[in-house]
Amino acid sequence: MEYVIEMLNIRKEFPGIVANDNITLQLEKGEIHALLGENGAGKSTLMNVLFGLYQPEQGEIKVKGKPVKITDPNIANDLGIGMVHQHFMLVDTFTVTENIILGKETTKSGVIDIKTAEKDVREISERYGLKVDPSAKISDISVGMQQRVEILKTLYRGAEILIFDEPTAVLTPQEIKELIQIMKTLIKEGKSIILITHKLKEIMEVCDRVTVIRKGKGIGTVSVSETNPNELASLMVGREVVFSTEKTEASPKQEVLQISGLKVKDSRGVEAVRGLDLDVRAGEIVGIAGVDGNGQSELIEAITGLRKTSAGTVKLNGKEIQNLSPRKITNSGLAHIPQDRHKHGLVLDFPIGENMVLQTYNERPFSKNGILNFKNIYNKARTLIKEFDVRTPSEYTLARSLSGGNQQKAIIAREVDRDPDILIAAQPTRGLDVGAIEFIHKRLIEQRDNGKGVLLISFELDEIMNVSDRIAVIYEGEIVAVVDPKQTTEQQLGLLMAGSGRKEAEEKANV
Amino acid sequence: MSSRFTNILIPVIAVFLGVLAGTIIMLVSGYNPIAGYSALWNGAFGDIYYIGEVVRQFTPYILAGLAVAFAFRTGLFNIGVEGQLIVGWLAAVWVGVSFEELPKIIHLPLAVLAAAAAGALWGFIPGFLKAKFRVHEVIVTIMLNYVALHVTNSIIRNVITDGKERTPNVAESASLRSPFFESITDYSRLHWGILIALACAIIMWFLLEKTTRGFELRAVGYNQHASHYAGMNVNTNIILSMVISGAFAGLAGAMEALGTFGFASIKGGFTGVGFDGIAVALLGGNTAIGVVLAALLFGGLKIGALNMPLESGVPNELVDIIIALIIFFVASSYIIRWFIERISKKGVK
Repeated sequence: MEYVIEMLNIRKEFPGIVANDNITLQLEKGEIHALLGENGAGKSTLMNVLFGLYQPEQGEIKVKGKPVKITDPNIANDLGIGMVHQHFMLVDTFTVTENIILGKETTKSGVIDIKTAEKDVREISERYGLKVDPSAKISDISVGMQQRVEILKTLYRGAEILIFDEPTAVLTPQEIKELIQIMKTLIKEGKSIILITHKLKEIMEVCDRVTVIRKGKGIGTVSVSETNPNELASLMVGREVVFSTEKTEASPKQEVLQISGLKVKDSRGVEAVRGLDLDVRAGEIVGIAGVDGNGQSELIEAITGLRKTSAGTVKLNGKEIQNLSPRKITNSGLAHIPQDRHKHGLVLDFPIGENMVLQTYNERPFSKNGILNFKNIYNKARTLIKEFDVRTPSEYTLARSLSGGNQQKAIIAREVDRDPDILIAAQPTRGLDVGAIEFIHKRLIEQRDNGKGVLLISFELDEIMNVSDRIAVIYEGEIVAVVDPKQTTEQQLGLLMAGSGRKEAEEKANV
Repeated sequence: MSSRFTNILIPVIAVFLGVLAGTIIMLVSGYNPIAGYSALWNGAFGDIYYIGEVVRQFTPYILAGLAVAFAFRTGLFNIGVEGQLIVGWLAAVWVGVSFEELPKIIHLPLAVLAAAAAGALWGFIPGFLKAKFRVHEVIVTIMLNYVALHVTNSIIRNVITDGKERTPNVAESASLRSPFFESITDYSRLHWGILIALACAIIMWFLLEKTTRGFELRAVGYNQHASHYAGMNVNTNIILSMVISGAFAGLAGAMEALGTFGFASIKGGFTGVGFDGIAVALLGGNTAIGVVLAALLFGGLKIGALNMPLESGVPNELVDIIIALIIFFVASSYIIRWFIERISKKGVK
């Protein structure tokens, strides 16, 4: 068997920890090889070793059978290794072509020859089925399109081996489908792919083989055809994982959140929520399903007081709360797990302990007469850290130093602990691994079982289907359907999310 | 290596590198660096008179440094400390010369508070514009420095006096001068203001680190979005931060007005103390204790420099160059940090 890349017995240490311990990864030509592991298992470290950002303490890297020393990313590029980063490295104000040629510009007597470049870009994009408009500005195109630009960048530089770092984390279900198609085309054209992910469904769908790492150690490589999601999950986590979230029947009671005729404008002044009606009752989880950009963010921001509404009412326990300040809304019994934990959820440069009292610092026992009581603050933090299993060296550690999963657990601890009547959870498991997702889902259901209302917004259909008691489908700023997850399939939901009957008809026609 | 230790090490190394660079410059330009530095040291600490002068110079530096540092901790860059200091200076003198018969216990606090209030008002303007209209505070504060300079000059010439270059001296009842401090420091101009400055350093530390208001100010400084989400009023905190910062700067003006000089005169240009405050805050890592230490260094350098031409023939401009180099090395602390990390990594291996 011919391997295009072999990473043999790689060991990488950082002061105090072994990030990679004897990991072997062999990539065959023309395969899609998954690298599977929890957050913090050492996937990124391993790929950074391959990309020349870190030097391994032990082990050997071979490219096409020849031992190589990759000491910086340029060498990796020259060897035909390209990386599609999770967070795109694009200049927003440049066009697609300008971004692709950046650093490798085609010039004609010292002046950038944008025409030839555009032609080249168009040629590559057609060859691999990556439809983009070479002259469009990055800021004007969708996230899925931006990702294609990232892929084109690596191809333009002649990459033979492409590393995809959690590529589906930011995509809508439709875009994921398209990406999978693109990956298959790339393989047909003779490229090889390493796919870093912790989404088992994607692995089962596109990959040929999987290398699993757990806590820095290589667990082994298996063929996808000989395994199943359950086995992969337990390999990754090191214990059995429950997939279908276990929960009893909901017993909904009175309405805690009532939204009627709500209209909200987005930052550009365009109406993003257009007369939306929705109720959440105590003791139930309502999931909002929808493709990103159909008014979900604006809806959450309006409910939580971060954005002004232009019409309609939001009632919490019967009292109108629209356009009140976030503090007043919070104090009337609402908690919010924000979509962007770095932007809204945490003050990253505060210790994790102080983040635990971000809303309650001015209440007793955390302060008295305007003077903070750090003893009580950190006592509280210690309790929450223990109860919610937030893994942190101490309660004084800066929030910034925690892994994404633990940051999210800290936010959930803080929000759930305030014992809200309604909990707004916006993409609570984004970017987290199976173990953390399981934990968070359990907590959401626990809230429900304690007779609280939960509003869950997620782009993951699985999550919506598994956790919700009712699903409200949002499309272009309106709730277009409310369905029972037990009597709905993902396909049906997908069609509803795509909008009208017209689209439905079109899709059927295409089949 | 603990980050706390690194944070202390960086300014120390920066100062050392600045001194080293000064040595090289002295050697290159044909002066004796040992004679130069010993003249600098003698000029700052060689005599009780000089020590008194250093502490006198130290006083406004503390307050100007606190002003910059306080705004900085809330995510604002107050370049207007110079202007706030100038209006504070004028306000203190104005109150100082306007009343003749007030008892000291009323007159002096009134003059000091007037300076703080004037500075606070001068800080309020950019704070308000930032909070309401998102006008960048750097631009507004720079412009307000010029407004302060020329408006105060005009008031001195046309309102307080009748076309004169300087105001009369403030009344004894509004003066910070201390015959006691003067007598123990061989008649330097050391005054009571040092106690106010040190108290302000403690106030800043307490306010930022121990109170709910400080919690909000720091949170807003690090992350406005999260602060808004958590129910804090971001705009109020921005304005408040600039007001407090301006009040510190105004007090720095009061130190000069009521302590060092006792009058205000027409200024041809800026005093420089406000701008040095930026460097003091930077060197002190924007913490109260750091600002006090950095202000002491700046005060020592400024006063000691006066002795360098007399004792060793080194031009005192050189001291300005050394100060500039120290600031340069602090500003490029990233380089020093990088070196420290490399060295400590090798130690691990």
